[in-house]
Amino acid sequence: MSNLEYMSLSKPKRFLYKISSLFTKVPVSTWKGLKKLPKRLMNLLKRFFAPLGNLITWFVRGNSTTRLSYLIMGFGQMTHHQVLRGLFSLLYEIAAILFLVFIGFPSFIKLPTFGYIGETLYEIDVPPFVGYMYSDNSFNILLNSVFALVILVILVFLWYTNIRDAYELQKFKEIGRKMSDGETIRDFTGGKEYHKVLLTIPTIGIAIFTIIPLIFMVLIAFTNYNSSHFSPKELIDWVGLANFEQLLGLTGTNNGTQFSIVFGQILLWTLIRAFFATFTNYFLGMVVAIIINKKGIKLKKLRRTILITTIAVPQFVSLLLMSKVLNYDTGALNAVLRNLGIISENIRWLNDGMIVKIVIIVVNMWIGIPYTMLMCTGILMNIPDDLYESAKIDGASPYKMYMKITLPYMLFVTTPYLISSFVGNINNFNVIYLLSGGGPVFASVAGQPITANVFGAGQSDLLITWLYKMTMGQVEKDYGAGAAIGIVVFVIVSFFSLITYSRSKSIQNEEEFQ
Amino acid sequence: MSKTSIYHGKKFREITGRTIVYIFLIIISIIWLVPFVYLILQSFAVSYSPSQIIPQQWTFDNYINLFNDITYPFGTWYLNTLGIAIITALIQTVLTLMTSYSFSRLRFRLRKSYMKMILVIGMFPSFLGMTVNYFILQMIGLEGSIFGLILVYIAGSGMGYYVSKGFFDTIPHSLDEAAMIDGANKNTIFWKVILPLSKPIIVYTVLMSFTGPWGDYMFASYIAQGNQNLYNVAVGLQTMISKGKDTIYFPRFCAGAVFVSIGIMALFFWLQKYYVEGVTGGAVKG
Repeated sequence: MSNLEYMSLSKPKRFLYKISSLFTKVPVSTWKGLKKLPKRLMNLLKRFFAPLGNLITWFVRGNSTTRLSYLIMGFGQMTHHQVLRGLFSLLYEIAAILFLVFIGFPSFIKLPTFGYIGETLYEIDVPPFVGYMYSDNSFNILLNSVFALVILVILVFLWYTNIRDAYELQKFKEIGRKMSDGETIRDFTGGKEYHKVLLTIPTIGIAIFTIIPLIFMVLIAFTNYNSSHFSPKELIDWVGLANFEQLLGLTGTNNGTQFSIVFGQILLWTLIRAFFATFTNYFLGMVVAIIINKKGIKLKKLRRTILITTIAVPQFVSLLLMSKVLNYDTGALNAVLRNLGIISENIRWLNDGMIVKIVIIVVNMWIGIPYTMLMCTGILMNIPDDLYESAKIDGASPYKMYMKITLPYMLFVTTPYLISSFVGNINNFNVIYLLSGGGPVFASVAGQPITANVFGAGQSDLLITWLYKMTMGQVEKDYGAGAAIGIVVFVIVSFFSLITYSRSKSIQNEEEFQ
Repeated sequence: MSKTSIYHGKKFREITGRTIVYIFLIIISIIWLVPFVYLILQSFAVSYSPSQIIPQQWTFDNYINLFNDITYPFGTWYLNTLGIAIITALIQTVLTLMTSYSFSRLRFRLRKSYMKMILVIGMFPSFLGMTVNYFILQMIGLEGSIFGLILVYIAGSGMGYYVSKGFFDTIPHSLDEAAMIDGANKNTIFWKVILPLSKPIIVYTVLMSFTGPWGDYMFASYIAQGNQNLYNVAVGLQTMISKGKDTIYFPRFCAGAVFVSIGIMALFFWLQKYYVEGVTGGAVKG
């Protein structure tokens, strides 16, 4: 539709057009993205295979020291007066190979079956003693394999760069440039290698406490690691896609369908809640910010004080307080309402499937609005005043000014924030866990009483709190199913985040601000 | 005649408009402050009764008992939290700023891929890995101490670089170039040029990495594994009013909550200028 055609439409039609175009745009852009996929994959493959070509070239053109670097890492550096650098590479190589040979490889062999023997009973005659012996710990086997994998990847990476450096140094020597340890030190303490110094500790932290657990849990999603397969007592086993089939209700049994219905309901509620929590907070926060920032209103300092007070009180305090105030029989709200004669019977604020959802959204507003208000106040002040003045001269009403100036500006500036807070809300653990604890539990789904083990799933549970119950519950745990849900959360969240990432101007044009 | 009526109309409208805004302000202040006033009032109550908003008998015992009663060692929790938060804030700030400086100012191979990778792995629900984290802490013998928890918090430092990187991006490159001409290397530029200009973002980062552990429930409860002496205030106060005991200990919970909030509030008021800057800037840069 051309611009002119669009202008000739009436207002409601324009609105309809906008809505419908939103729905047509999403498939179109997805399709476009998919069409680019093969090309991108090809590029990725090319980038992946380019190093192999390099390795061959360097080997052919390299002299003996460069060639020896293929075997002994750091040899090239050490023979070209970069002893420190070479030593570091060599030490890593030795340590990594020792780890791989003695811990990594033995675990790797056992990985297809997660070991052979779990728990065995043994008896000793003198002194009389009966005990259990644990031979293969499936958990350790998997963890060691993951560690070995990460260490191996780093080793290959360092090995590659080491050969590249060796070849580079060989070239330098040919043109007569002298290298030294002093230069290396200068590079690392503020020169072209400075980023390695700055990023080493953060990277180690991320690798050990985020990436390794992440790979581990992704693998766990394809196993039956749960309370009845708990290492070291029993061995864990690969189960293929069974955990995902359970989520989708493909297992065929009644239990399976119930599990997948519960999963579907929790997923739906997670998305609905995230949507409401984000947009109620955002728009109400903005409206309140606009109203209280009206010109000529005094007590600015007091306003800010109240605002900061409500933000500064830790969230868990507000949430625990609310959970007690809203308690069914010992809560203050029911008691007060009863005394005032407004209600005759206690309201099940947190124990009714429907009411609890409304309560959660309202409490979430109570907690979140001060923050968005503060944020919007700051951004609103950045809107140039002359825009409003010229609009006023043209006779625009306050409503029109809001729709044509304030809202577009705010939306333009804060889209990344909106999407990242949507993502944050999908994973908002505290609000649910400390307020309602996920309750009330599902008693029946689709008219049938629940017979499947749903790990205490409640009607106000989000995926993340359900996951918490599943992996940290006191009675029964199922890491396999939990990890599968974690992957689902990851896919949803990354979908939204990647939209932000590709839209966000600040990320794409980093240099623009400078 | 007509002129004066317009004048009156305008003035009238302005006054009513303002009155409405003031009334609105009062209402929202009440909505937001009443629960906290209730919290403070209840912290002085002798016993909890649902229907009494203002306690009939007042006492200071709840505050004293917080630190005397060994069933709930609030003193230990408070010190734990304070220690964890201070150490985490200090180390995390340095590491986060180092990461964001590298991403903002240094140009190296795989920089963009590395940033993207951090973005993507940040979307995985982090506590799923807690079991593994706990196991790793066991391997290095830190599972039964608050240092384990500190380590878990600090390990994530590199992931929170966005806001401060956005800030560093706005500092003009010409400053770096001028310093470079004067013979400064990247290290000197970071500590002597960029950081002195970044006070707001430093304070904001400190504040955020302080309040994060202060109010964390998920990780703290997992690392503690039910050992009361390792609780932080969030986990401790939650156990105080969890099922069955909620009415007896409610006043003491309120006292503890007031105690916990006051420190943080003082910090926020002291640093509010920087906090506001960080919130606004962070939203725009995403």
